Amino acid sequence: MLDFTIAINTGMVGDFWLENSWIAEKVLIATWETLYMVVVSTALSYVFGLPLGVILVTTEEGHVLESKGVNRILGVIINAARSIPFIIFLILVIPFTRWVVGTSIGTVASMVPLTLAAIPFVARLVETSLKEIEWGLIEAALSMGANAWQIISKVLIPEATPSIILGVAITTINLVGYSAMAGIVGGGGLGTLAYYYGYQRYEDLIMWVTVIVLIVFVQCIQMLGDKMVAKTINKRR
Amino acid sequence: MIEIKNLTKIYHTTHQDIVALNNVSLSINRGEIFGIIGLSGAGKSTLIRCINMLEKPSQGSIIVDGQVITALNKNQLHLARQKIGMIFQQFNLLSSRNIFDNIMFPLEIAGIPPNQARIRVNELLEMVGLLDKARVYPDQLSGGQKQRVGIARALANDPKLLLSDEATSALDPQTTRSILKLLKDINTQLNLTILLITHDMNVIKQVCDRVAVINDSHIEEVGDVLSMFTNPSTATSQSFIQAIVNKDDPIEYSHNLLNSHADRSSRLIRVSFIGSSAGEPVISSMIKKYDIDANILYGNIDRVKDVPFGNLTLELIGSIDAIAQSMDYLKNSGLEIEVLQ
Repeated sequence: MLDFTIAINTGMVGDFWLENSWIAEKVLIATWETLYMVVVSTALSYVFGLPLGVILVTTEEGHVLESKGVNRILGVIINAARSIPFIIFLILVIPFTRWVVGTSIGTVASMVPLTLAAIPFVARLVETSLKEIEWGLIEAALSMGANAWQIISKVLIPEATPSIILGVAITTINLVGYSAMAGIVGGGGLGTLAYYYGYQRYEDLIMWVTVIVLIVFVQCIQMLGDKMVAKTINKRR
Repeated sequence: MIEIKNLTKIYHTTHQDIVALNNVSLSINRGEIFGIIGLSGAGKSTLIRCINMLEKPSQGSIIVDGQVITALNKNQLHLARQKIGMIFQQFNLLSSRNIFDNIMFPLEIAGIPPNQARIRVNELLEMVGLLDKARVYPDQLSGGQKQRVGIARALANDPKLLLSDEATSALDPQTTRSILKLLKDINTQLNLTILLITHDMNVIKQVCDRVAVINDSHIEEVGDVLSMFTNPSTATSQSFIQAIVNKDDPIEYSHNLLNSHADRSSRLIRVSFIGSSAGEPVISSMIKKYDIDANILYGNIDRVKDVPFGNLTLELIGSIDAIAQSMDYLKNSGLEIEVLQ
């Protein structure tokens, strides 16, 4: 009796697996694509967004690189870029994407709008992190004769590191969401998978698997971020 | 060491101009500990920040060690600041660095080679008594220890001048004493000029050689600490001193006393004494010499740095002549007399 049950069960599981193994394969590939897109876009958006955030803070009145003009112009550009919904932004930058990558379809091509959209967001996140630092620390460094670059590299960035790491986690999670939108216009990854199979072909299973993978994905990123912050902060206590 | 001439600082806000410093002139000698005392909002914070140009003066000039600080360009100012140490009420240590690296910080800024800098940091740690805390982070230290790190950091580049911005205001009285003692030791050992601002007359009393009283954006009074304590000339300095030296006279209590000696005259006087005269038995010789009674109503003795000073409220009872002679005797003995009633 027992043997019989197991036989049926394994048989059923086996059939299910055989019938749906293509889903597993597709999901695996799509997950890798999403990971690749999101990680590279996050990294690139910090390459540009971090310096912009630093400029936003340090060009403010009374700060080490005070410049009203630069501060105001940069603020306006960042706000303008952030006010465009991503789905529209995606289409808007297609010519630019073609010029940079040569095509507007695929994983690499999606990194262009993802990165561009994340840069102003990152700049504001970095700005917020840097503003949490007490002015007294900057004043102390100034009193020692530090120049602007020394204050940025030795005070602002190191002191704000825990907060900046949390910002990286937030950006990555946001880009997971954005990457799904990019998937709809052929960007690859989990978004494309969910759209083509889940939405256009009514493959519910693939839709649900995608959702679960995304949930796990986001949880992992946040956990990783929290862990890294705890590590830097615990070292200091 | 510091020459401040006609310093004015005005903050321009959208609604009004706020005068933080109004035509302040002050000169501070090499090797002295100079205190500036004032209530919050009096302008003392702005004044000390003008000396290393953390605040840009609106008018006037500041000369530190022969260098016109107010006329330097950016790079010259960075170099000049390396020779002016500063310590703060909130310590302002970097939480991302351990104690060793916090003290290393100004040496990095000055571009000292790491090998040389590490030797210097160890010297400084030893000087402030924190060698065992080198690898610890600021969050793990007490307030007093943090300020010791602050002092070590401020001294890293061998400054000629140390600015202290309410450095003991966040500390308890006992820790305050130990930090002030450290400052005093540094002052004598290194012949370092120290300019400190505070709202606490105790700080002035314990370490300062000279003091300036700042009130309502201008300097009201400058003098050596002892004479300010024994003879404060403005209402501001009087109130600061009263806060720590109880000079309240028991006038009401004495009123009853005076009425009860109808047959003899009496006078209520306050005797102030400074330094060596505090040790002589002047009062008892006066009593013997002039056939007079002295009723001690109130007495107080204190120390400014190492000099004792005090005051005594006496009721002298006797004939009018005897009282007058007694008071002359006290004056001739080097005491200050003030007739209260």
